[in-house]
Amino acid sequence: MARSFKLTTALEIAVLVVLAIVMLFPVLWMLETAFKDTKDIYAVPAKVFNFTPTLDHFKDVFGSDSPIAKGFRNSVIVAGGSTIIATGLGVPAAWAYSRFDIKAKKDQLFFILSTRFLPPVVVVIPVFLMFRDLNLLDTRLGLILVYSAFNLPFTIWMMKGFVDEVPSEYEDAAMMDGYSRFEAFWRVTMPLLIPGIAATAVFALIFSWNEFVFSIFLITDPDTRTAPSAIAGLIGGTTIDWGLVAGSAMVFAIPVLVFAFLVRKHLVAGVTLGAVRR
Amino acid sequence: MADTLQTPPAASPAVERLQAPPAAARFRFLTDRKLATLFIAPALALLLFLSIWPLIWLIRLSFTDYSVTRDVPASFIGLDNYVDVITSDQTHKRLVTTLIFVVGAVGLQTVLGFTIAYLISRRMRGRGVLTTLFLIPMMLSPVVVGLFWKFMLDVQFGVVNSFADSLGLGRAEWLTNQKLALFSLIIVDTWQWTPFIMLIALAGLTAVPKYLYEAAEIDRASEWFRFRRITLPLVWPLLLIAIMFRAIEAFRLFDLVYILTGGGPGGTTETISFQVYKIAFFGFDTGRASAYGVLIVIVVTIAAQLYLRYLNRLQER
Repeated sequence: MARSFKLTTALEIAVLVVLAIVMLFPVLWMLETAFKDTKDIYAVPAKVFNFTPTLDHFKDVFGSDSPIAKGFRNSVIVAGGSTIIATGLGVPAAWAYSRFDIKAKKDQLFFILSTRFLPPVVVVIPVFLMFRDLNLLDTRLGLILVYSAFNLPFTIWMMKGFVDEVPSEYEDAAMMDGYSRFEAFWRVTMPLLIPGIAATAVFALIFSWNEFVFSIFLITDPDTRTAPSAIAGLIGGTTIDWGLVAGSAMVFAIPVLVFAFLVRKHLVAGVTLGAVRR
Repeated sequence: MADTLQTPPAASPAVERLQAPPAAARFRFLTDRKLATLFIAPALALLLFLSIWPLIWLIRLSFTDYSVTRDVPASFIGLDNYVDVITSDQTHKRLVTTLIFVVGAVGLQTVLGFTIAYLISRRMRGRGVLTTLFLIPMMLSPVVVGLFWKFMLDVQFGVVNSFADSLGLGRAEWLTNQKLALFSLIIVDTWQWTPFIMLIALAGLTAVPKYLYEAAEIDRASEWFRFRRITLPLVWPLLLIAIMFRAIEAFRLFDLVYILTGGGPGGTTETISFQVYKIAFFGFDTGRASAYGVLIVIVVTIAAQLYLRYLNRLQER
């Protein structure tokens, strides 16, 4: 009895390890490629351990005439700007939805989240025409606005969960002491929401950092385009510098992984757009 | 036992910390009603401006023969675009491709994701580390994932073929063979999104109360019985949410196709989203692309509503 139990346990661990290797291999392979000499990258059969590491590709990524470095700068501006707007508009709205009796509240909330499910390729058609009329094509401002609208439903849903967790009695007590409703929100509830706001903002940051469809259609100018479309642009030509692709993909992915690690406690809520809470 | 004898914890500190209230509260003029409007209106305005208004524009365009490249004003052509899209053979083919992709990818992700979650949930040590490692693919941008795999699946120097070669399996044209390309897409999507199902299944599995298993143990229930009668029924609602969510996302798949195959070879990996893109940005047939888009939006919205209603019912229970 005890022995067969051990055997199944060992089997389970073995399956887990194999699956983990399969899941992690592509990431490790890309990391390795980023450190390989161009000659080694194209070696057949592939070199797994026997290569001399080099930092050339990373130097290329941040080189002065590199299209990628500019893309990173634009991505920081766009992701940061849109996160600030989405949080600034979303937090108060989430609080209001949580605290007040609003007509057809459920329907409004459903409606807000369902805008997030619209297919980007479809939405981009009218947005493209609209931005052409408003002279917002090829501008970072345009992309910031689109990403804010794209992150807002998530921010509202996620934050509503956090606000629901703060008892409204705290605000009632504060108002009993002479605070107005707004002051109760600002001085009592707001400080308690800070960790939740931070987690929500980090997710919004990740979403806009990773977003790709809007960025390739709304910005074609190399000066204002964001990192995802700059990186995708590397494979447009006839020859592809895979070392540079791997290097920039790694540099692009690392901040996301760091941020994701910081908010790991809220991952379930985050990836389901705030809809599933434990 | 000892717990019950302890003194109750002190009263909530949040109330104690409050400073002395101001004599006359500021912002008193903001009644609840005004405050609700003031807080919600800007958010709704932004959504109206960048989600709803474009949608209305899309619907308007879908009834015209408008093209971005022409400067002639568009003329109203009624339902022609819709009839075109719905009766087109190509649309049917793309729809089949998309459905195969959705069923294949989401099915595979569910099986794998649940298996991994189940195995992890049975481990005591190393659970946190394992979960974190498994989650990496999901957090990456589709661009990065697409490029990773395009590189690895390359016919000549791709590592997958290189390994297959050394094992004596021969090389395969993963992304350029008509029969393999869609399968490769399914694999890549599965690689990226299995962690999503895993994460949610794991949340469900860790929430199953321990005493149920203990009771089953006392009744000498078999492992399979425990899985079938306790684990599965309790995890299923949450798992279904993850599946629905993934199905909606897979249905609108665009980015992986754009990077990995560009819809080829011979249109075998062209999803409906990708077809809309081609009609709009290569054919410049904006009116027809809009009609197509409206149809997709209708399907996605219905699916999203079903998903959200189900979620709501679950939370109220």
